[in-house]
Amino acid sequence: MAESAVSNGLRAYVLIVGMWVRSTMAYRTSFLIMTLGNLLATGLDFVAIALMFTHIGQLGGFTLDEVAFLYGTTSIAFGLADLTLGTMGRLGQRVRDGTMDTLLVRPVPILAQVAADRFALRRLGRITQGAVLLGWSLARLDIDWTVDRALLMPVMLLSGGAIFGALFVLGGAFQFWAKDASEVQNAFTFGGTTLLEYPPTVFGKELLRGVTFVIPLAFVNWLPALHILGRPDPLGLPARIGFAAPLVACGCCAVAGLAWRAGLRAYQSTGS
Amino acid sequence: MRLYAAVAVSGFKRYATYRVATVAGVFTNTVFGFILAYTYTALWDERPHLGGYDLDQALTFVWLGQALLAAVALMGGGFQEELQDRIRSGDIAVDLYRPVDLQSWWLATELGRALFQLLGRGVVPMGIGALVFELRLPASPLTWLWFLLSVALAVCVGFAVRYLVSLASFWLLDGTGLSMLSGLLCLFFSGMILPLNVFPGQLGEIARALPWAAMLQVPADVFLEEHRGAGLLGAFAFQTGWLVVLLAAGRVLQSVATRKVVVQGG
Repeated sequence: MAESAVSNGLRAYVLIVGMWVRSTMAYRTSFLIMTLGNLLATGLDFVAIALMFTHIGQLGGFTLDEVAFLYGTTSIAFGLADLTLGTMGRLGQRVRDGTMDTLLVRPVPILAQVAADRFALRRLGRITQGAVLLGWSLARLDIDWTVDRALLMPVMLLSGGAIFGALFVLGGAFQFWAKDASEVQNAFTFGGTTLLEYPPTVFGKELLRGVTFVIPLAFVNWLPALHILGRPDPLGLPARIGFAAPLVACGCCAVAGLAWRAGLRAYQSTGS
Repeated sequence: MRLYAAVAVSGFKRYATYRVATVAGVFTNTVFGFILAYTYTALWDERPHLGGYDLDQALTFVWLGQALLAAVALMGGGFQEELQDRIRSGDIAVDLYRPVDLQSWWLATELGRALFQLLGRGVVPMGIGALVFELRLPASPLTWLWFLLSVALAVCVGFAVRYLVSLASFWLLDGTGLSMLSGLLCLFFSGMILPLNVFPGQLGEIARALPWAAMLQVPADVFLEEHRGAGLLGAFAFQTGWLVVLLAAGRVLQSVATRKVVVQGG
């Protein structure tokens, strides 16, 4: 029963996404320009970091190559979540103007409909940009590639994407009550990526504890990345704690799922 | 004039109704303020007096950026989407028949919105920043006055830039991509991501001469009392110069664009 609901939802998601992709492809040139723009523009904050490094050799004890590694990994993880669930931010608008009701009467899981709504393939731009930077940093860094480190790379990117995805769903669920507070979601998602682009040593211990134990953003890339880069954790956690990322991601998804159900139950149509 | 004042008041009231959104915005600005403040501390620890700022000035710059982000619409937004929607749907034809000037009308709504955002989303993050970090507040009370004048000019320059971007919808129909690009360029060249005086060499000189500098870098330097006496006049002249050029460009583009409008239906 539960399994068929999940596969149902996935099937619906893929179908709706396919529809949006076809409609985007109707204007191929426009799509190419948008993707290219997205690719170049999302990189401007890395340009700012590179400009910082024209004045300094190290930031918080990390070199530019290492910061590029952090930047690339968080960018890919966030990009994956943004590509698949990025339009969750529009949920508040749907709740406000009442178009949420149309979704409720369709025999398709609501989450799949909301997540696939206006699916934007141009968001591949951010993932590409992250991948380019990650590739660049890997080529310049001298990493001691043991088996567990090589294994940790894909695990880190996928669980990071899942943690961010859970945050998107959690933010969406919050919209059922708050209605016009999508900015709160931005604080955690966009704020989270900005935080993770910089070395953890830059930030205060209280903040680090917060993003490790309360909102486990540190598992997106910091903790696994510290192990890959062979650096100690500023909080003194064991080196292999990064391997807990998939578990943390599962936990986040479970919490987000529960919040989503509760939000949907609390939903009251605006009506007129 | 009274009409535009009424439009501005309604712009203020309109944003004042979104209370939850305002609180959410304050929260976001505060979170970003903390992240940037920590990073700047690490940067200025390595290189004290980078860009001519000491650490207190750099941290003040961070919180000024967060305080002005919504008011000056440094990430875009405000009237932009609405105007673009009206151009795409053709409702703009109705606006053009009204006995008001299109550009002044939208500027008035923007001034109302900006005043609300400055009070609603600017004061609290700045206050929190001042409680937690050592900020450099103006020594002279007059500076506050100059700062507010500079912010008003910044809001107008921001409006003029986004008005030009919105008018491009007459040709592009879908202005989403261009708006996004304009917002990101603004974040970068206004000094929001990194103060422009930290930009190296020629890039820094170019960045400081572009109109986006009038939107954050100049008001921040006025607040930090980097401009005094004749320098202050120069700062205002820079902002006013760009404002006049951009508003005039908006007028020209508007008259070209309205000749393009085809009113359909019967």
